[in-house]
Amino acid sequence: MPKKGTKKGKSADDEPKEQNKLPEHLEVQRTRVVCKADAPTEGFQYAGAFAAMGIDNSVSVDKFCKNFKVMVNRLTEDDMEFDMIGIDASIANAFRRILIAEVPTMAIEKVLMVDNTSVIADEVLSHRLGLIPLDADPRLFEYISENDVPNERNTIVYKLHVSCKRGSPRLTVKSGDLEWLPEGSQLPLASPAQSGDKQKTYTSFGQSQKDIFEKPLGVKFKDITIARLGPGQAIELEVHAVKGVGKVHAKWSPVATAWYRMLPEVVFREEIRDDAAEKLVKKCPVNVFDIEDLGNGEKRAVVARPRACTLCRECVMGPTGEQVELRRVRDHFIFTIESTGALPPEVLFTEAVRNLEEKCERVISELS
Amino acid sequence: MEHGSLEDSSASTFSIAEEDHTLANSVRFVLNQDPRVAFCGYSIPHPADNKVNIRVQTTGDPAKDVFKDALQDLIVMCQHVRGTFDNAVVDHRSNISAQQMDIDSNSQGCGTISKRLYQMLTSAPHSIDKTN
Ligand code: SF4
Repeated sequence: MPKKGTKKGKSADDEPKEQNKLPEHLEVQRTRVVCKADAPTEGFQYAGAFAAMGIDNSVSVDKFCKNFKVMVNRLTEDDMEFDMIGIDASIANAFRRILIAEVPTMAIEKVLMVDNTSVIADEVLSHRLGLIPLDADPRLFEYISENDVPNERNTIVYKLHVSCKRGSPRLTVKSGDLEWLPEGSQLPLASPAQSGDKQKTYTSFGQSQKDIFEKPLGVKFKDITIARLGPGQAIELEVHAVKGVGKVHAKWSPVATAWYRMLPEVVFREEIRDDAAEKLVKKCPVNVFDIEDLGNGEKRAVVARPRACTLCRECVMGPTGEQVELRRVRDHFIFTIESTGALPPEVLFTEAVRNLEEKCERVISELS
Repeated sequence: MEHGSLEDSSASTFSIAEEDHTLANSVRFVLNQDPRVAFCGYSIPHPADNKVNIRVQTTGDPAKDVFKDALQDLIVMCQHVRGTFDNAVVDHRSNISAQQMDIDSNSQGCGTISKRLYQMLTSAPHSIDKTN
């Protein structure tokens, strides 16, 4: 790697070098991953890789800020897709990892079982309850640690009391049957030795949650089946939801999934005509190719929808293998976030980015 | 925690608790872009230990300063990502609402569809009839 003196002087003497262009095959190695029939080939990426040719491959902050782009393709209440251009995989991957494992949500953590005569075991029932997405903004809550008393700022309490009468048909218990208790737990603590003025419960709310939060803290989806009760069976329980992160348990993960793929690029090394073109169009399972009519009965294949390509490599195996080249653009990510409902996807992403910033700040302050 | 030698500040290993690939790989990337860095890499000594070691060797500057600069750069990059992303979301929302108004006002002429809808239709993988 060439020594370019101090960092501050760097961006200034880099400008003229930008004019240099790499020969095409090296530019492909620098910016693309080429997918051959057997395996993808990695190109070169490191900052000084093309220094001998006068190309600076490094990414300074200024350069990053100049080239970085975001385009939103789809944004709904609980899912979004956007293109992130000009960012390295390590950072895009950091965002993805944080989204899955480190952006907090609220989830049911404790189940106080009063009665369960259903066929579903207590543990299994508790696990099912834990996975129910709650409609509560985790940013308004605090983490609870082991010795903390559950209060209105760190715990949400729900009650479930359902029974199936004798002689009636089987009853399906849905997540909508969970009833929010804004005043906290209704179950008395087992050891009231002192005669206090008020019966102690499992929580000590100083204030009703109705007064703190604008909207009721219900469940996100009311139609999730929790259990089924036969005639004469009943479930009575109380649950406590707390704030947590996905790396402790997946129930706290705010995303159903978050993933990215690099932008596919399909190029023809040479023209594909007539019968071969027809065959190629048929071969692709997601219709990446189209036929272009050249008049007087001649046809030619064109790449019409490269974005749809799944890189199944069908087109680079067999007779067209030499003519088609599959690539992925190294710094162009198609990022998809599916939220489980607590927060909208665009807020989740912003939270994830902020989380990475906080990690950096923590390490900086630990070092100084 | 920093491990290095007292005489030579240009090479150090930073051992960070409660962190994993998420931070380490991003910082490794940023460090590798810095011309002052001669070598940088990270490792997780054991998957059951919740810590990561980041090795930084420089061409002369104190490794600690270079490492801190890299973290600072990463923060700036993140802030830029956040800003750009928020703008893109606002843009997207305003585009969508503008198009909805288009569609409303054109509701009588069934022949016209909005530009974006047209793009969506033509870019969907299965929407094109193979006969044409
Ligand atoms: S790799 Fe598969 S999906 Fe992509 S263009 Fe080739 S055949 Fe189509």
